[in-house]
Amino acid sequence: MIRLEALSKVYGTPKGTVKAVDSVSLEVREGETCVLLGPSGCGKTTTLRMINRLVAPTSGKIFLAGRDTDAVDPVELRRGIGYVIQQIGLFPNMTVAENIGVVPRLLGWDSARRRRRAEELLALLALPPGEFADRYPNELSGGQAQRVGVARALAVDPPVLLMDEPFAALDPINREAVQDEFLRMQEKLRKTILFVSHDIDEAVKMADRIAIFHSGRLVQFAAPDELLARPADAFVASFVGRDRTLKRLRLIRVAEVMTNDGAASIDKKAPAVSPDDDLRRVAALFLEHGAAALRCIDGEGRVIGVVTRDAVAARLAIEDSP
Amino acid sequence: MSTAAAANRSQLPYWVLLGIALALAWGLYASGLSDDILRYRKDIVYLTKQHLVLVAISGSAAIVIGVAIGIWLSRPWMQRWADATIQVVNMATSIPTLGKLALMMTFLGIGALPAIVGLWIATLLPIIRNTYEGIRAVPVHMLDAARGMGMGPSTILGRVELPNALFVIFAGARTAMAVNVGTAPIAFLIGGGGLGELIFTGIDLQQYGMMLAGAIPTALIAVAVDFLFGQAQYWLVPRGVNPLRHN
Repeated sequence: MIRLEALSKVYGTPKGTVKAVDSVSLEVREGETCVLLGPSGCGKTTTLRMINRLVAPTSGKIFLAGRDTDAVDPVELRRGIGYVIQQIGLFPNMTVAENIGVVPRLLGWDSARRRRRAEELLALLALPPGEFADRYPNELSGGQAQRVGVARALAVDPPVLLMDEPFAALDPINREAVQDEFLRMQEKLRKTILFVSHDIDEAVKMADRIAIFHSGRLVQFAAPDELLARPADAFVASFVGRDRTLKRLRLIRVAEVMTNDGAASIDKKAPAVSPDDDLRRVAALFLEHGAAALRCIDGEGRVIGVVTRDAVAARLAIEDSP
Repeated sequence: MSTAAAANRSQLPYWVLLGIALALAWGLYASGLSDDILRYRKDIVYLTKQHLVLVAISGSAAIVIGVAIGIWLSRPWMQRWADATIQVVNMATSIPTLGKLALMMTFLGIGALPAIVGLWIATLLPIIRNTYEGIRAVPVHMLDAARGMGMGPSTILGRVELPNALFVIFAGARTAMAVNVGTAPIAFLIGGGGLGELIFTGIDLQQYGMMLAGAIPTALIAVAVDFLFGQAQYWLVPRGVNPLRHN
């Protein structure tokens, strides 16, 4: 869906040339969320901004749905790509509904249709339209403003979203809530998303695949679990952190490590988990209760399997995890 | 609630002014000066019209051209020259208006034309400065969002930059018009006519009735123009970027 081929950006400075992005190639599949991750100045934002041509590439190609973006007028190109930035950039002179209607208006939708669409999107993002449509941005909290920013990017239902650290300015509690909501929405909408972040936890939570950047180069492009299990080099290992095994726990569901062996003989007082829980809960119960095995129960409380320490260890040890 | 409170805030000074005006009117009547003033009724009407023409032509030309120059200076291709130009504008602002009128008289002779041009220049400068600074104050990330969504330069100017700078532009226009109306009487000194004729002649002849026949309408025009621009600023600047309308 999005394909970058040997994409580079070189800036000339008084001290010589700087390669902000150095021959990056990657492909993001349709409906996938790809997080570009790295420390500041690693080239991730520049890469993102080359896709909607806010930055002109020095060399290399970008294909959107198979089409070379060089051949498209930049203004037309941008109207077809949702764009969300950290500072949100809502226009304070326009109401919430007018902000969401910006791109529809550029495309010539009439006002009734713009209004309908704005209300639809507000409802999708859990902001009651009756209460929010006619507010001005200065009457919104940070979390509400960022939801409106996302709604605005979705206004004309673009297949691709570019998000530049969209949740970085929110406080931790709000950030979690907006991230969860965004994941639920993405499950329904299945947009192709390129998401810039400097936060490994956010990347692990949001991404189908993570692209790690270092000094303008793409150093590893992998699914979160693989990235955490097998960092490609010392930089990636230090960036994901020494607690990377703990981070993997959230990615693995109980259903993946559950076995049926011993389901009949397990202690009825052993702590219970559900197949949809992730391994963070399992690890917590192991540590809290010192248990060797946990019961796995379904919605009606029936035991459907057990989770043993050995099974968890074996899963975490898998080197060739998908 | 919030609107009513804000409206009260902006109207309060006018009620106070009205009270003072009534007190003054009573004072004039009691002292018998009102008869002296009303003797110039015909002159007042004629000169007020002349005065309003001076203010209207120089003021509206200054707003139109000042805003246009301010926008032009704020464009990316002008960036290199803009700061220097604004420096020059600031220096020109510090020349007293009487000096500007005298300069105009040197170039354009006497009459209404040099007076209008002099007033126009005096009014133009704060408008250019506020338009430029107002547009420059629009945050870069907002422009980035606008560009990233597919707005072209003229759409960004019309839908993002100008609406967000409008409050500051209006503030500039209001200040500039106060200068304009306040300076208009001295147009008489270079033959521009207007209510200055009654004021300055009244001073020279020590005829207080004559002087007041010019001074009172001048003051009323000043209050009326300020009120008009205040109301325009209140109602025309979008609520989301209008500090007067925030709760």
